[in-house]
Amino acid sequence: MAHYRQLQRTSIMQSESVIVPDNAWLAEVRNSSGENASLCYQCKTCSTGCPVAFAMDILPHQIIHMIRMGLKDEVLKSASIWLCASCETCTTRCPNDIDVAKIIDDLRMASTKSGLKLGDKRPSVFHKAVLSSIKSTGRLYELGMIGIYMLKSGDAVSNIKSGALLGDAKIGLKLFKSGKLKLFPKRIKGRKEIKKLFKKLKRGEAE
Amino acid sequence: MKVSYYPGCSLHSTGLEYDESTQEVCRILDIELDELSDWNCCGAGSAHCTDEALSIELPVRNLVKAEEAGLDLVIPCAACFNRFKVAEKHIREGKEPTIDTPYQGKVPIKHLLDFLSEEENLKLIKEKIEKPLNGLKVACYYGCLITRPPKVTDAKHHENPQVMDELLSLLGAETSPWSYKTDCCGGSLMLSRPDIVAQLSGKLIQMAEEAGANCIATACPLCQANLDTKQGVISKDLEREIHFPTFYFTELLGLALGYEKADKWFRRHVVDPRDLLKSQSLL
Repeated sequence: MAHYRQLQRTSIMQSESVIVPDNAWLAEVRNSSGENASLCYQCKTCSTGCPVAFAMDILPHQIIHMIRMGLKDEVLKSASIWLCASCETCTTRCPNDIDVAKIIDDLRMASTKSGLKLGDKRPSVFHKAVLSSIKSTGRLYELGMIGIYMLKSGDAVSNIKSGALLGDAKIGLKLFKSGKLKLFPKRIKGRKEIKKLFKKLKRGEAE
Repeated sequence: MKVSYYPGCSLHSTGLEYDESTQEVCRILDIELDELSDWNCCGAGSAHCTDEALSIELPVRNLVKAEEAGLDLVIPCAACFNRFKVAEKHIREGKEPTIDTPYQGKVPIKHLLDFLSEEENLKLIKEKIEKPLNGLKVACYYGCLITRPPKVTDAKHHENPQVMDELLSLLGAETSPWSYKTDCCGGSLMLSRPDIVAQLSGKLIQMAEEAGANCIATACPLCQANLDTKQGVISKDLEREIHFPTFYFTELLGLALGYEKADKWFRRHVVDPRDLLKSQSLL
């Protein structure tokens, strides 16, 4: 399995320097996510079933172990936490009933708050674009969200360069012609109620 | 019969034919869908990794309306269904963070597939079949969020669900047993990591082919969009032309129940399924 070979290569795990376990972060994660990473006995069921493992820099079971080692920055900077597709396979199969996907959600929030450079900023930009759309109209307005995402993620420029934008535009046009991409957003009446829910967000908020 | 209906954002945009076929099927079966008034987006996919309270409060605003209506709540989108169920468990179990709401967790929340597969509805469907789907070999694709995690969704068979297979078999289609029915299509990485989505969705299509299917049926607008719109990229990756129709299960249901204008749904697909249907004299 390619990702197990990758496990051998992961520099943090192969590091010659001695890691002194620091329980503070473990307790912090337990407090904010409600999940106890200490229950993990490293059976790797989560990583084996993870559909996105092939693209990850640190595998799910390693993330759990690194929480116990207190390797906070390494985990929060990883691309893996943003590549999780939230498919819930790890959570469903964990023999110790650890809600791994919930821990990953918690790490994503911590990563946004930390101000660290994200391992892969694109999924995070996507989520912000989605929430910003919901915040302003009460529903998701796809065309607006895609526009914000393309500009903020830098994908607009890189997709022009790679030629991928042409393919995307062709599909976009097909969707538009068949009435699937609406030109204008639908605004719900209860927008004020929605804005109020968003007001409670302090950091990591959709702009 | 009357139920509350929460279409969710996708069914008013990229999943338009899922909404239309759902409405049509329910009309034929005399099931009245009462759309929740002024519903809001539940934040599926994005709110839960941004702010936990928000991820509960967004669906809860809709759940308050559903509880007031006092009817069963039917949701066709797998992602919305999942977030509503998470909110239900959160409120029922009094989890942190505490949410201030009149919602009590009492209204039954059902995914459309499970709802239409209830005994009473299967009986109605069986009586009204006009055009059996003979010749269609369907790989029933459930995706992630209808069944996982079972402690949230209350799914009985989360590794090998059967409801869609049973429903489409009833309609005369042949369903292919395959091991990928609950594997992930890449979901909301569609825009930010299309490469990952193409790899995962490409695998699903290849495995459906290998199982002898000639199409896939889905019960989720995100799954359908990923499987339907990425086949150009998948073809390039695999260096062969892929043309594998992906239906919403409700489109096949509408077709079998004799709805005559089903053609308009199929025209909206990026991968046009009409040749397949015509070859089996279904259109």
